[in-house]
Amino acid sequence: MKILVTVKEVAEAEDEFEIDGLDIDERYLEYDLNEWDEYAIEEAVQIKESGDCEVVSVTIGPERSEETIRMALAKGVDRAIRVWDDDLASAEMIDIGTKADILASIVEEEDPDLVLTGVQANDDSFGATGVALAETIGFEWGAVVNALDLDRDDGVAHVRRELEGGIEELTDIEIPAVLTIQTGINEPRYASLRGIRQAQRKPLDVSTLSDLGLGEDVLETPVSRTAMYEPESEGEAVVFDGNPEESATQLADLLRDKGVVEG
Amino acid sequence: MSGDVLAITEHRQGELRDVSFELITAGRQLADDQGGDLHLAVIGGDVDTFASELNRESVDTIFTVAAGEEFNHDTYTQITEQLYAEVEPDALLLPNSVNGLDYAPAIAGRLDVPLVTDAISLSRADGTLEVAREMYGSKVETTVTVDADTAAVSIRPAEWEITEGEGQGDAEVRSFDADIDESAVKSTVTGFEEVAGGDVDISEANFLVSIGRGIEEEDNLPLIKDLVEATDATLSSSRPIVDNGWLPKNRQVGQSGKVVTPDVYLAIGISGAVQHVAGMKGSDTIVAINTDSNAPIMDLADYAIVDDLFDVVPQLIEAFE
Repeated sequence: MKILVTVKEVAEAEDEFEIDGLDIDERYLEYDLNEWDEYAIEEAVQIKESGDCEVVSVTIGPERSEETIRMALAKGVDRAIRVWDDDLASAEMIDIGTKADILASIVEEEDPDLVLTGVQANDDSFGATGVALAETIGFEWGAVVNALDLDRDDGVAHVRRELEGGIEELTDIEIPAVLTIQTGINEPRYASLRGIRQAQRKPLDVSTLSDLGLGEDVLETPVSRTAMYEPESEGEAVVFDGNPEESATQLADLLRDKGVVEG
Repeated sequence: MSGDVLAITEHRQGELRDVSFELITAGRQLADDQGGDLHLAVIGGDVDTFASELNRESVDTIFTVAAGEEFNHDTYTQITEQLYAEVEPDALLLPNSVNGLDYAPAIAGRLDVPLVTDAISLSRADGTLEVAREMYGSKVETTVTVDADTAAVSIRPAEWEITEGEGQGDAEVRSFDADIDESAVKSTVTGFEEVAGGDVDISEANFLVSIGRGIEEEDNLPLIKDLVEATDATLSSSRPIVDNGWLPKNRQVGQSGKVVTPDVYLAIGISGAVQHVAGMKGSDTIVAINTDSNAPIMDLADYAIVDDLFDVVPQLIEAFE
């Protein structure tokens, strides 16, 4: 069995930042492995540990993102693929359809039984790559999965999908399938020192669009980001000033005034 | 270009979800921008009852499609594709709900139209569709421009007003016979389960002390529990605390947890992710303790302390002891 895990390096903005054009100024961004993808990696590695299985990770990202994907390798992924080239680097926006097309070509090469991906990336939050990929490659799918019981013999993934309001849907999904993984499905492991050392020796291939048989036209999209701005603050919060003791006293008075705390 | 908008409503366990009525608001606005009609579709369940509930003044057509009781992405995708061919709209609107996430990208792919998700506002001027959405955990907003005749957009729940006026419209209700290829249905919903039950119902509490990522580690939980005890409050949390297993699921406030409306909601170390805000913005008074004065929770707060919770909370406990 083979599982492909798509991962993304995401940018997180510092508390204070400036916008430069269509993005937050690079100086205020820090990069990390997408939180949802950590759970997807863990789920794949746990399946691998329960039986014969290879886990491959793929990311679309610049050289910097190798640090992120090495983290996946350190946590038990067997090998990794990074897709990048000058065309991707200069693309204004890599939209949902483009990502799906690129990842579809990896699926074609790797022929996995299962594709796991995070529900969304916490920088742009499109939340669409997994299901768009499933449609492109003709796999079945399930979004926002928070429990997975894989029956390899019957070729069925018994999943729970986390709906709104504390309700879960129980669904049987035929594999091959793409599942988008919700946080909380498992407890992602920390990469051990041994794992980190081993990760350095694991294969990490870099593919360009042309390696994947894709032309520049895959980047064509009618969707573009045309503005970025800080939202107008609607907040009119009364801020309790002073040192912690003073601000806590004001808050205590408020709670008494509101009648929710006595004494 | 017809200017028409097609919106696919959502229901669960016999009830239309609020986002269905928000779709009417968003859809009408966009249809007016485009100079077209607003068509709704309701797929599965008691479609006739749903159609009468959806029949509001601003709706032109309601398509009812019999297709089982509950959402199934394989049938929804096929039906929406066929409705799209029937209506030929310039915009397809879907909810950015959990189920929306489960089929919107598939439909957009199948129809080969661009998709923009999680819209917080949308408009079309001079033929160009502009969608506002957030990035970086609600720290910034962006404008996404779609330079295409048709597009699919999923709208963020609770971001639009609910269009009122049940049964007051004179929309044409049309039964639509979809042709379902059963061999393409490869997922089966086998049941539903409520998971947020338990001994404490946070939705009943009048004073919630709610914690988020800012408490950093489980070892800091006793400090918060001391505050809860000193103030006779009820303890709740945002999602990461439950994901980490530090508190049970029945304490989670938010989209996938409980919706709460206490007299006072004290948010400690909670930044205010949109999924969390969906569960607590109806609180009467919101107080935030956070080191980041730009955190999204500050936009909602009525009162705030911009300081380290580990300095403030002990002082607050002391004030009540």
